[in-house]
Amino acid sequence: MATTAPPAESTTVWTKEDAKASRKANNKLHRREHAWAAAFMAPPVIGWIAFLLFPLGFSVYASLTNWNGIGNMTFIGLDNYTRLLQDQYFWKALWNTVFYMIGIPIGLALSLALALALSRKIRGRTFFRTVYYIPVISSLAAVAILWQWAYNGDFGLVNQALGLIGIEGPNWLMDKDWAKPALIIMAVWKGLGYSTLLYLAAVQAVPRSLYEAAALDGASSWKRFTKITWPMVQPVTFFLVVTNIIAGSMIFTEINIMTPTGGPEWSTASLVWYVWNQAFRNLQMGYATAMALVLGILVLIVTVIQFRINRANDFSID
Amino acid sequence: MSLNQNTARSASSAIADTAADSGRRLPQQRGILKRKAATQESPAVNLVLTIILSFGAIIMAAPLVWMVSTSLKTKEGVYSLPPEWIPDPFVWDTYARVFDDTYVLSGIKNSLIVALSVTIVGTLFSSLAAFALAKLRLPGKNAIFLMLLSGMMVPFPTLMIPQFVMFSKIGWVDTLLPLIIPVILGNVIMIFFLRQYLHNVPDSLVEAAKIDGASYLKIFWTMMFPLMRPAIAAQFILWFMAVWNDYLAPIIYLNSPEKQTLQVVIANMNVQYATQRDYPLIMAASVISVIPILIVFLIFQRQIIESIALTGSKT
Repeated sequence: MATTAPPAESTTVWTKEDAKASRKANNKLHRREHAWAAAFMAPPVIGWIAFLLFPLGFSVYASLTNWNGIGNMTFIGLDNYTRLLQDQYFWKALWNTVFYMIGIPIGLALSLALALALSRKIRGRTFFRTVYYIPVISSLAAVAILWQWAYNGDFGLVNQALGLIGIEGPNWLMDKDWAKPALIIMAVWKGLGYSTLLYLAAVQAVPRSLYEAAALDGASSWKRFTKITWPMVQPVTFFLVVTNIIAGSMIFTEINIMTPTGGPEWSTASLVWYVWNQAFRNLQMGYATAMALVLGILVLIVTVIQFRINRANDFSID
Repeated sequence: MSLNQNTARSASSAIADTAADSGRRLPQQRGILKRKAATQESPAVNLVLTIILSFGAIIMAAPLVWMVSTSLKTKEGVYSLPPEWIPDPFVWDTYARVFDDTYVLSGIKNSLIVALSVTIVGTLFSSLAAFALAKLRLPGKNAIFLMLLSGMMVPFPTLMIPQFVMFSKIGWVDTLLPLIIPVILGNVIMIFFLRQYLHNVPDSLVEAAKIDGASYLKIFWTMMFPLMRPAIAAQFILWFMAVWNDYLAPIIYLNSPEKQTLQVVIANMNVQYATQRDYPLIMAASVISVIPILIVFLIFQRQIIESIALTGSKT
């Protein structure tokens, strides 16, 4: 706080003119600070305008046109949106995308269990934590290639492992009923280490005294879990659910690498994959833009709902 | 989003404790912990858990071990039943073929160009903006911050078509520029975390430097940047991994094989060489794409883990 008032014991006489001059100098200093602050903020702000606001505005217009990306844009009003409502491929892709989300609760339950185990005094837990985390840092493209090969019906690792316990596995990615579960299993495998890490931090931050008090009151370990651990890790659960749903709604890489044609009977095509396919393979840019906007709005709605629910359940322990 | 600094700090310190395996605790405290552990954790349960965790670890590691193993097999060895985990014979030549016959090398080069330029310059822009947002005066700066944050709500697929059209209009398709320019101007997530981080630094430090007549750039470079360094390091690594592993944006823009980034190169190899049944080559390329990041992770494991734990508890 740059103050202009003179110190009380100052011997100089503070005149009106001095105050004026000081304010002027101060204004000048402030203006200089404003200028520098603006300059420092400029790059991300320019990026926001050029690569977010402008494309978004353009999208809204393009979604109202018939357009192949190169030629003229013909204004067709809301036709793209009504077409979308009747497009069975769109609904199928939306259904597939939602179906993949089954993996989220499975992954969260597994990772919370893992975190609880790793929070105990177990030998080599640093080692376990590292091993479980390696799939997270591996590139999704490489992982998708690897799993595509692992899901091979005859020579794949997965069916050979199942063979060891006497199960004859399906031809995963070639089977319309098993392709989606195959992708879910892979996603859970890849994401497990990340959620485990977050849960581990949350579990370790729970004050010991809560458990001790509960134990004194004779609470069973299940009670202690449902009444202490689960509510205490709720912020992490919320964070993971929100980020997983946003990431899940954008699932593309593994779909395109493992099932380049959208899977048997279109059973794996996701929304983003369909948008990408329409835009860059079929050059239906106007229609694809409309779909991309709908996707963005759906993600926004789901996120807002989750924040509402979270706020309703919010509590704090101080 | 309710941001609770205290939980964040305690969570990260808890993580740090595990990393160091509570080696830094006072002896007294350690005694208490030990007694508590003795009353609460039964060794039998821990043994069962260790067995389950080991089994899980095998499932987690097996596909990746198999990837390495397959990359060293002969083309025919890939199809042997039962599968061989240790290749016989070892074919190291496959890795030489990856570098000689495929675009993996140029892919690595392109990925490095994109990832390094984006993260280095982008980190500079992000930290400058975070400094201004946290410590400098500008009317409406909170509105600017909220505006930037709103960008996080818009998924990339929603923007990819208009962005593609913009870049094709200026002739940047099939260059690395569309992958660099939109993201190099600053990363909202990084700005968010650095701004939070700087709120713990007293304003008086900046004021004192200003009174001493230091320029704003100097304050940033000699004071703020060093102060932010731990937070920057963590965010930098996460960002680098995200850019390195990106696939959707590169596949949209890059057509010529020699201009593609590593992820697109290996994905295309997967299509091209699968028809020739050259799985060792595909797996070798995949191994190569995973190794650099794996090394970075093992070196910076602690920082990465701490920053990830922070991400969750900040929310």
